[in-house]
Amino acid sequence: MYEKNGEKYFVVDSHMHYWNAAPDNWVQGAEQYAKGWIECFHAYQGLGPPATHWTLEHFQKYSEEDLMKDVFENGYVDVAIFQPTYLKEWYKEGFNTTERNALMGQRHPGRFRYNTRWDPRDGDEGLRVLRENVERFGSQGCKLYTAEWNNGSRGWKLTDPGAYRYLEACQALGVKNIHVHKGPTIWPLDKDAFDVSDVDHAATDFPGLNFIVEHVGLPRIEDFCFMATQEPNVYAGLAVVIGGLMHARPKFFAKVMGELLFWVGEDKMTFGSDYAIWEPRWQVEGLVDWDYPDREEFSDYPEVTTATKKKILGLNAAKLYGIEVPAECRLDAQAATSA
Amino acid sequence: MSTTVTDQSRGASPGGRPPGTPGVLAALETVRDPELDEPITSLGFVASCTVSADGDARVRLRLPTYFCAPNFAFLMVADAYDAVSAMPGVRTVEVVLEDHFAADVINGGVAARAGFARSFDGEAVGELHELRADFLRKAVMAGTDQVCRPLAAAGRGPDALAGLTLGEVPPSPALARLRQRRAELGLPAGDDAPLLIDPATGSPLAPDAVPLHLRRAHTTRISIEANTGICRGMLRHRYAASGLGEEDQ
Repeated sequence: MYEKNGEKYFVVDSHMHYWNAAPDNWVQGAEQYAKGWIECFHAYQGLGPPATHWTLEHFQKYSEEDLMKDVFENGYVDVAIFQPTYLKEWYKEGFNTTERNALMGQRHPGRFRYNTRWDPRDGDEGLRVLRENVERFGSQGCKLYTAEWNNGSRGWKLTDPGAYRYLEACQALGVKNIHVHKGPTIWPLDKDAFDVSDVDHAATDFPGLNFIVEHVGLPRIEDFCFMATQEPNVYAGLAVVIGGLMHARPKFFAKVMGELLFWVGEDKMTFGSDYAIWEPRWQVEGLVDWDYPDREEFSDYPEVTTATKKKILGLNAAKLYGIEVPAECRLDAQAATSA
Repeated sequence: MSTTVTDQSRGASPGGRPPGTPGVLAALETVRDPELDEPITSLGFVASCTVSADGDARVRLRLPTYFCAPNFAFLMVADAYDAVSAMPGVRTVEVVLEDHFAADVINGGVAARAGFARSFDGEAVGELHELRADFLRKAVMAGTDQVCRPLAAAGRGPDALAGLTLGEVPPSPALARLRQRRAELGLPAGDDAPLLIDPATGSPLAPDAVPLHLRRAHTTRISIEANTGICRGMLRHRYAASGLGEEDQ
């Protein structure tokens, strides 16, 4: 929980990781990709405040203690949602798998939710593993990574027939939060691989599922906004928006936030630190302090209130994941304390 | 390791005196990142550029990440190659993309003039014309916002904006850029063409469609600008030295 000026913010970090990208986990023959990937992530960290930068060595592999300290002790997070990314063609044990996350998280009861993942190219065996993971780890959501390389294929779309089988399985299993991530992406090579229209179709066809588009579709924020405004079950995951813009490009951050508030709305935006790309502490503090820099220039955009920030930082994700919010952090607590 | 791209016979334009490095750099200024709609020079993507007394031009390009989309990367390398080759006095051209997962395929494909689909054999069906056009349409939308914002702030409402022609808008760099992007797409760009058109069809907009159109144009511009900001930040983290012609904005 974060407290500022008498206001209490319940913080759900809805997008974070526990990875091992050190050379001991690189697949032989694919070292350049494993190295290129983690260096690319590390460059993203460079967009945060310099005092929060890590060495590449530390960034490649951090400990359970580091995570607990950065996220919960110093980072104000109440509940964190692990989003796995497998990338097994590049990392021997995977970049961060459901198992790795859960093994660690189970030593800290109540702190984590374990999302799983699937890949339609894994066919029937993948469906079996999905069911098994949901049973073992109680996954209420999954992270879909459409740019993953798999047996010569370099990507997939949510509209692929194979993907619909998995979405049907998710609906049946109660895995209702589908976190979608595009890029840095490859496929289809001759088209715009960041295109989000497949999410649009899937969201229409599966109204019982929530589609949280991570990084708000970056670099296609406009396409994401035009789609999200028409789909009641599409959400904006703010990982990278806050971490990548709030410090490095504050003016664009204000504009992007304004656009998201206009098109998507404060009830459908969720905070994610993207740890360990960025630590949550400065992001939470910065977002609570944030407002448009110049009200006149930004007069097109909806107002940003304390309630807006409470929803974004935790209440919206708590609702999606059925996480109980302490009474003092709920929106009605405001009225109760000020009366 | 990067593949060397050299072309001794085709494309290069012998005759005349070699252009000198500033000349080659000027040619590279005409090459844009299709996604960000900015010159590769001002973005900092030109790592080095030399030209010998005999007219052998050597260009090295770099991008913000190892995994930047290969289709856009291909277009930039191919466009750089074409722009430098077209300069009088250039005898040979070598364009090398560095530090990218698909560098070998891209560099080799551009050198062999293989086109995109052949370079990425088995992975790509079509060439990249439609992709380029998609992003030019986004550039037209962003440019529409740049031109219309000041007009709207000065009190021009949807009806007035829908009635304006390009020739009636006060000249500005933003207007010139918008007209150029429209012309590249084959959309009307002359003085008597309407200011507001649907970039997919070229048809003029009815006044009642104007508010949403401008709202979308604004969002498109902000998206492109925010992406550009992230790309610049990543590039700076990746490379300590500035690119040739790099401008921070």
